[in-house]
Amino acid sequence: MTKKSKELLWGFVFGILFGFLLHKGGVTSYDVIVGQLLLTDFTVIKIILTAVITGMLGIHLMRHLGWLQFSVKPGSWGKNAVGGLIFGVGFALLGYCPGTIAGAIGGGQLDALISGLAGIILGSWLFALVYPRVRSGILMKGDFGDLTLPKLFKVNEWVVIIPFAALLSLVLYLIERAGL
Amino acid sequence: MNFLLESRWSPYIVGIGIGILSWVTLLISSKPLGCSTTFARGAGMLEKLLKGKKAQDRLYFHEVAPKVDWQFMLVIGIVIGAFISALTSNSFAFQLIPNTWSDAFGDGILLRLIAALIGGIFLGFGARWADGCTSGHGISGTMQLAVSSWISAICFFIGGILMAFFLYGIVA
Repeated sequence: MTKKSKELLWGFVFGILFGFLLHKGGVTSYDVIVGQLLLTDFTVIKIILTAVITGMLGIHLMRHLGWLQFSVKPGSWGKNAVGGLIFGVGFALLGYCPGTIAGAIGGGQLDALISGLAGIILGSWLFALVYPRVRSGILMKGDFGDLTLPKLFKVNEWVVIIPFAALLSLVLYLIERAGL
Repeated sequence: MNFLLESRWSPYIVGIGIGILSWVTLLISSKPLGCSTTFARGAGMLEKLLKGKKAQDRLYFHEVAPKVDWQFMLVIGIVIGAFISALTSNSFAFQLIPNTWSDAFGDGILLRLIAALIGGIFLGFGARWADGCTSGHGISGTMQLAVSSWISAICFFIGGILMAFFLYGIVA
């Protein structure tokens, strides 16, 4: 097998595992996602925060050991805050995100397959249309490059990681204690 | 192994699973979990397919080439993985209108399809604008402690919560 097809095969295998987990978590369901946005069902936040704590501890340790490298996305306020809010509007209206819509389709959800998918592709294409006009303008407003929180606070990464893992765990504990 | 056949798992188990999966994808494929770029590649492929050689030479598709890559296969894998989970837990079902939606807005098929289409357009556009989605920024980027990803993830939820309350609190 060539290097390229091996890479694609790994992507496929990881996707199957990811889709399986997303479905088991219930987040391929519109009701669960919109329930989170309406603050009645905290499944989405529980999954994300647990994944972030687990992931953060593991990948920083593994990078420290020289096993892997990071790929931090550069950003700006114009890019991430504006894009994030536009994304949020779509998130609530569609009730799936780009990953969970794939899982929703696998679970038999037809609104996702028939029009949600078409919408995401159309929206991505519309962005390709406007990209030349926004590329060096608003997308660069408040640019901070590939900044990370440890670099921002100018401290050793573990000074951020350990308290952060504790803080996110506390948030999970409080959500659970509030019965949400 | 009966737990494999249950339809729902604890969100903490699922979260730990996704966290570990993100170590493994970085270790083996040197790639973080992410999904939304695939839809842009798909858009580029479709434009090529529909317009052939007349397809415009767009700057964006030079940066995001319209081809099947690792992440594209990941997204296809998600469909299969969710399908396997649904089938083996006896929870596979075709559904056109989600329950929460029909409780608030009724059984009109067209209304739901139009809302999903418009929602999808905002989602796809916003994901490209922010350069990532709930997986790429929300999970993979935040765990790398990237500032871009924390801002994006927080804004996904601010925008989403405001829109959901507008839809279900005011419109419905």
